[in-house]
Amino acid sequence: MAMSWKSLQTDLSDAGYIASNELAMALHLSLQLQRPLLLEGAAGVGKTEVAKMLAQLKSTRLIRLQCYEGLDANTAIYEWNYQRQLLSVRAAADSELSLQEVEEQIFSERFLLRRPLLEAISQQTPPVLLIDEIDRADEEFEAYLLEILSDFQISIPELGTIEAVSRPLVILTSNGSRDLSDALRRRCLYSFVDYPDANTELAILKKRLPAIDSELAAQIVGFVQALRKEDLEKNPGVAEMLDWSAAVAGLGVTQLSDDPVELQATLVCLLKTRADIANIPTEVTQRLAGKV
Amino acid sequence: MQLTRFPQSVDGVSERLSGFMAHLRSNGLALGITEQAHALEALTCIDVTRHEDVRLACKAVCAGRAESYHKFDELFTAYWFNSGREKMSVVQGGASTANRSVFQPGVDSSKSTGADGDADEADDNRSDDGESAHSGEGKLVASTIKNIEKIDLRELMTPESLQQAEHVAHKLAVSMRDRRSRRRRMAKRGSILDLRRVIRSSISHGGEPLELFRRHKPDRPVKIVALLDVSGSMSVYARVFLSFLKGLVSHDQKTDAYLFHTSLVRVSDALRDNDTLRAVNRLSLMAQGFGGGTKIGANLQRFNQQYAMQSVNGRSVVIILSDGYDTDPPEVISHALQRLKKRRCKIIWLNPLKGWKDYAPVANGMAAALPFLDLFAAANTLDSLRVLEPHLHKL
Repeated sequence: MAMSWKSLQTDLSDAGYIASNELAMALHLSLQLQRPLLLEGAAGVGKTEVAKMLAQLKSTRLIRLQCYEGLDANTAIYEWNYQRQLLSVRAAADSELSLQEVEEQIFSERFLLRRPLLEAISQQTPPVLLIDEIDRADEEFEAYLLEILSDFQISIPELGTIEAVSRPLVILTSNGSRDLSDALRRRCLYSFVDYPDANTELAILKKRLPAIDSELAAQIVGFVQALRKEDLEKNPGVAEMLDWSAAVAGLGVTQLSDDPVELQATLVCLLKTRADIANIPTEVTQRLAGKV
Repeated sequence: MQLTRFPQSVDGVSERLSGFMAHLRSNGLALGITEQAHALEALTCIDVTRHEDVRLACKAVCAGRAESYHKFDELFTAYWFNSGREKMSVVQGGASTANRSVFQPGVDSSKSTGADGDADEADDNRSDDGESAHSGEGKLVASTIKNIEKIDLRELMTPESLQQAEHVAHKLAVSMRDRRSRRRRMAKRGSILDLRRVIRSSISHGGEPLELFRRHKPDRPVKIVALLDVSGSMSVYARVFLSFLKGLVSHDQKTDAYLFHTSLVRVSDALRDNDTLRAVNRLSLMAQGFGGGTKIGANLQRFNQQYAMQSVNGRSVVIILSDGYDTDPPEVISHALQRLKKRRCKIIWLNPLKGWKDYAPVANGMAAALPFLDLFAAANTLDSLRVLEPHLHKL
């Protein structure tokens, strides 16, 4: 056993990421079994951060593929450099090369543009491959991924199959804006990342903003936790909480309930839709701030 | 320390684990041999003498989605520590067919119609559907030909009519799904060139692009999400609408269906049962088991929170089948619909009462919902469902 999941959790915590037991175990298994890890959860709970931290921890490259609607194999896996190929074909017309030689020449690796997925499997040291917001990509793209995730190889019709030089550590994240296929889920380990509880969130805050006053930190976390219980369209995530803490601390506030107007003004860091801002007027803010 | 359930069993880890897998499977987790192998493999990476570690490891391997992830701990404890959670049985027993004369909160008071003979005044106010030649439907028409399409759906209980309802739904679903994608695929005709293929074929012509290949945008179907009210007031329509729902759901794998009364259940999978009558019966049982009041607003809200994220987007059509009689305050409905609307979906409300004579959406809930609807239509006869087709196509 190379490393237990507890020590991974500690390492992550030292690097500045507080992982739940479930997440630490899933990461541990994903490292040990070399299987992709699918992380689901609301926006802003730190799914993407996991990959960044892991890359930092393993001191390896982070290759990121941001998914979007319409993402296809050409942008994600590989593409031929058509312009160069065309020029090369033109140039070859004047030379004495045979047809086959021309073909071999233009379909060689020199003319291949490597996109993130191909890049990830052709690294000497295994990188961390982050496939972010996979739920935004189309279902067709999920199917492309299956081959890569299970066999770590890519078939290029003109070149043949490219095997992975090393197996990247794959982390997929999803916000649940679309249900993923069972085939994809079956190839991955799974963990659901939830909003952290008060203690964890406090630990995160102290890790990220060590200079913050601990009484204020407790108030901030209490406030944000209470705010998430309100009926909001977009719950504030951990990143928003950190933004807000930096804002509040930067303004020199020592007690949240000190200056209602200023507090209300800083809420732009937490509330990101018009309806939410309208839903949390000064009275509500004061009630929440008063409780903590 | 807690003891596991088989202290003296000597079967070894793999056999015990397969028992656990069977337990998970019977509780609705989709697990196969591969997962079992993965779980065993995972156990080699941890300290198996610590049950907490085993739980975490099994959770990472076996819980493939959020729902199973959240109930996993309970299932784990139940199996290994015998705390007695039994497999949940889906079918609710003892549903009586005598339920036919179930109370109908709004209907009874506002229309004061009996359980029989009400089709006559129910159906003849369909001035909007452009088929006035058929005016005067239902039982009042002195005819020996029983025109099934025009009979109020309450009377339709035969297998054939249920099948017809399914067929109508299927046609509606097809007309709604026709949409185009933003992605491009290779095609004979299309607006832009497919450089990849052009170059490839130009090699054999010495670099001259003689053959031009193109790309076009393929069809991208609309996703349909249907929510059916199966509360007391709707129960006379429930079976037909369930068939309708089945018709919507069963022809592709993407349509989602939900039932609601006082709570909300996802039934897409149950509806994909091949035997129409059996599926409908099963669901009728589920629906009747609850009965009673309706919480449309609260259920829509629950839908927003739990399911809307993954099943509703700008390419979705949400169909709500309900009579709009709600026990919640109307603001709840309008709030929930407003929120749902923000997902850029189209919302269609099919109300069986709308086909009734002199119906006005006065029920508070219905009135509150109106501003958010893209289409508000009658759904009391199969014909009224059928005439929706052109509207849905335009949506």
